[in-house]
Order: sequence, then C-alpha cells, then structure tokens
Amino acid sequence: MKSTSRLGAWVAIAIGTLYFLLPLIATFEFSLKMNRDGYSFEAYKVVLADPGFQATFGYSTLMAVLTIIVGILLVVPTAYWIQLKLPRLRPLVEFITLLPLVIPAIVIVFGYLKLYNSSSWLPLTGNERATDLLLMCSYVTLALPYLYRSVDAGLRAIDVRTLTEAAESLGASWPSILLQVIFPNVKSAILSGAFLTFAVVIGEFTMASLLGRPAFGPYLQLIGSNRAYEPSALAIIAFMVTWAAMGLIQVFARNARPARKTA
Amino acid sequence: MAYLTINNLHKRFDDHVVVHDFNMHIEQGEFVTFLGPSGCGKTTVLRMIAGFETPTSGRICVGGEDITQQAAQKRGIGMVFQSYALFPNMNVTQNIGFGLKMRKCPADDIKRKVAEVIKLVELSGKENHYPHELSGGQRQRVALARALVVEPRILLLDEPLSALDARIRKNLREQIRDIQRRLGLTTIFVTHDQEEALTMSDRIFVMNQGRVEQEGRAEIVYTEPATEFVARFMGNYNLLGAADTQRLLGLNINGHLAIRPESIHVLDGHSQQDGTLAGTIRQHQLLGNIIRYQIESAGITLQVDRLNRTASDLMPAGTEVRLQISRDDMREVR
Repeated sequence: MKSTSRLGAWVAIAIGTLYFLLPLIATFEFSLKMNRDGYSFEAYKVVLADPGFQATFGYSTLMAVLTIIVGILLVVPTAYWIQLKLPRLRPLVEFITLLPLVIPAIVIVFGYLKLYNSSSWLPLTGNERATDLLLMCSYVTLALPYLYRSVDAGLRAIDVRTLTEAAESLGASWPSILLQVIFPNVKSAILSGAFLTFAVVIGEFTMASLLGRPAFGPYLQLIGSNRAYEPSALAIIAFMVTWAAMGLIQVFARNARPARKTA
Repeated sequence: MAYLTINNLHKRFDDHVVVHDFNMHIEQGEFVTFLGPSGCGKTTVLRMIAGFETPTSGRICVGGEDITQQAAQKRGIGMVFQSYALFPNMNVTQNIGFGLKMRKCPADDIKRKVAEVIKLVELSGKENHYPHELSGGQRQRVALARALVVEPRILLLDEPLSALDARIRKNLREQIRDIQRRLGLTTIFVTHDQEEALTMSDRIFVMNQGRVEQEGRAEIVYTEPATEFVARFMGNYNLLGAADTQRLLGLNINGHLAIRPESIHVLDGHSQQDGTLAGTIRQHQLLGNIIRYQIESAGITLQVDRLNRTASDLMPAGTEVRLQISRDDMREVR
C-alpha cells in the first residue's frame, strides 16, 4: 500500500516536471538551431549584441533597482509601524497590498493614464522622465504583494516591540532604531522581497508598453513578432534571470540565522 | 524629597482600568519591588515609568523633574526585559556599547566603559559572542550590562529572572543585588515570585487588580500582612474566617485571622500544656529543609511547617499532636 502511494507520488512529480521542463527544453533546443549546420549559440550572440537588448535590459534593470529601493523605503517602515503600533490595521493593509494581484495591470495603467495625463493637475505622462517615475511607481504597486509579505514575515520572526523598547530606553532615535536594529534583523526577508520584485519588473510588459517606455518586456514582444530564433533565446535568458533571483532568495534564506523571538 | 515620586497614576485601556490611583515615593539608591500576580498592573506601572505607556492621568517625577510626557529616549531610565531583548545582529560588545553610541560618546570612552561593565557582570571572554551563542543567564547579564553602562537615573527590571532555571536565578539575583548596592542605583524590580521579592528588596509594593494592597519593608510585609490577599500571596498563611476562628480559638474577629505555618508549634500528643489544641496529622510534604504538615483540629485543616533536622523528626499521618499558637503570631487582616 505504502509503495503504491510512493509510486503514485513519483509519477505525479514526473508528470509535473515534464509539463514544466518540456516546453523549456523545446524552446532551448529551438534557440540553438539558428545555424542550419547544427546546434550553436548564434541566436544568443545576435540577441546579446543587439543594442536594443542592451538598452531595454539596462533600462529594466535600473527600473527594478529603483523599484526595490522605493519599495523598501515604503514597505519596511509601514510594516514595522503596523506591527508596533497599529496591529489592528494589519488585515486592511494586507488587503490593500493584495489588490495588484486582483486588479489587472491594464486596469491600473489605464487608471494612471486617466489620472496623470498631460492635461491633468499632475501631468506625469508629459515627458520621459516623469513617465519613468510613473512607471517606477506602478512597479512598486505591482511588487507590493511580494515585498510586503516578505518583510511582514521577517518582522513577525523577531520581537519587534521589545527590541524597539530596548533601543528606546538606550536613547536611540526612530531612524537609528530602524536602521541599526530593525533593518539588519529583517535583512534576509527584505532581500527575498527584493529578488522577487526584480524578477517581476524584468519581465513586466503591460505597464511599460502602455506607458510607451523602452523596457525589456515590450522588447521581448517586439522581437517575438519579427524574428524566429531570437525570441526563444530571449525567453531562456529571461528565465535564467528569474531563476538566478529565486536562487539568490534561497541562498539568503539559508544563510540567515534562525529567527528568534527572543534573543 | 523623594527621588522618584508617582502621584495618582491611572491607566485605562479602552474600558479596562489597569492601574488605579497608584502613589509611590522612592529614595535614591533604594531597591523596590512590585510584587503581584499576572495582570495586577505591576508591569504597566513599570512601563509608564520607562515611557513605553502614557498614563491616563497622574504624574511621574524623577529628581524633581516631571517626566510624565517625556519620550522614553530622553528619560535616562534603563530597562532589563524578561525576554532579554538583545539585538540579534550585534555581539556582546556591540550590544553593551549601543546606548553609549546613541549618546555619541567618543569611541575610546565606549571601549573603556564596555570593558568595565563586562568585568562587572563577569562576562570576560564573551565579548565577541552573539546572543544566540550565549546561555540564558549570560544573555540576561549582557542585558543588565547594557542597561548599566549608560549610567541610568533609575534601573527597571521587568521579571528578568523568570525565564531562567532555579540555580542561575539564585546566582543572578545575588549578583544583581550586589551590583545595585555597589553602584547605589535606584532600582525597581517586578516579579510575581515572593521569595525573589523578599530576598532582594528594601521595600515591597504588593499589587492586586491595579492597586497597591500593601507597601513596606520586606520583613514587615511578610510578617504583618495587611489584607487577606497579601497573606495568601506572601506565603502559605493559614487564613481562618470569623466562624472558624471562633470554633478553633474562641476569638471574635471581623475579617480573617492569618497565622504563619512556622509559628504553630507542634507538641507531643500527650502534652498537658494549657492553651494548646488537639490535632491529627493528615499528611505531610518534605520540602528540603522543612516538613509541611496538614494537621486537622476541630474540623479545620491547618498548615504547619517544622524544620527537617533529622529523619526521626518526621511524624506519620494519623499521629495525634497538640498545637500551640501564640496570640502574637495571630494577625487579623481585612
């Protein structure tokens, strides 16, 4: 009986793995066929040498980094304050941070275009830098569910109230408490949220496309509609970036000391 | 004028009054204990002194200065927490030096003061250890050192020993009392353990349901409880109601009569001494240096403690005895 259920589990795992890996293997195999003579990395060379790839990937990387910085500055103090002073508001804040998963990105971006168009009181679509700012803010919104959950889990693993009171009794100001006591103790949680955010921003299409910004997502779509082998190579590169981010989350989670409520 | 003065302190959480009209005066260098069961308001008073809770009404003054509305950071009051509250990302030296760093002390001063206090709490050799590498007792000594190094005006200790095992607790309480005496530090200690309160304190405030039931020197609170609650909380007092007192001793009282177990003398069952009561041993408990008997007399069970000097001291259940209780050892309580 036990061996039957174990066999069933292995069959389920094998089916799941094949379902996930087969399209990837097929895409990878196809991306190597650019040269008629046999397998080669020609498609990757073409893609990596393309100034469009470099520009869009660089742009999305910069946006991801800015999103992470702004997101951390917004989420960490908020989650900390909710935990410390306003625990009753936690369900409300959790609901708000989950909204980007419920409301489609296209609805959000049309809302932005309506609110911040060139004839509005805050014309953020009037020039490129302002639109970049709007895009970055929209990425912060998209990243909220991941970033807030990671940081909140990290804060719950430490005794925020007592650590704060201990620091207060030693004369620490609020910025010192946040920077020297709270941040270092939720570092791995922040990094997990940051890598998730990075993975989300790098592949994002809807917001960047509708706001007309040169990000990696729209570039992927453009190449996909015009070329044969390069889109496969780009898909594999995008997967590798995401996996690298996920791998780094695992590395930091493993290296983090076990969470202690009381130290 | 007292060093720490608390007048008419009152704290309410929503509809629940946690501290009622609390008044206290502490002299500089005194070691005072708030003793009481969980939820009696002792920690809330401590947290109001530290500045972590704002009183609903009342005043707190230190050295003549009103600190009631002052931020915790500005009060110069040190606190040691039950859960240690050491910063997990800092080693022993960094934890202890944190308060001095916040006060922007020069690096040389920080180094010197941290080294001195590490020696004081006997943690030499552990300077580079992180909290998770230390035992409970060592962590609490780091927490104590961290609070002491900033030379606080008042030291608050919130049940600092309750998470430790009995042997370490005993050593640490002696160490805390010794350091407090050497530094002449005004200290408030919160505990629910009456033994801890009696061994460490100059004065004890026994608290119940947000009020002070009794306040006084440790030996007075123990031997002369003012209320039934204090008598029950401070020891294993025998508390007799008016009817039982009349039946057992022929005395008319209004409240309760409190008799300490060690003040009842057990005599031989054949003793003819006047004023003694006949009793029968129902059971006994061996508590190390004392034997605690349950003795029934006139249908009332009394708790009686006797020194456990030799094995032959133990009297088995069923033994007939005579009990002698001095009038001086009977205390009428509210």
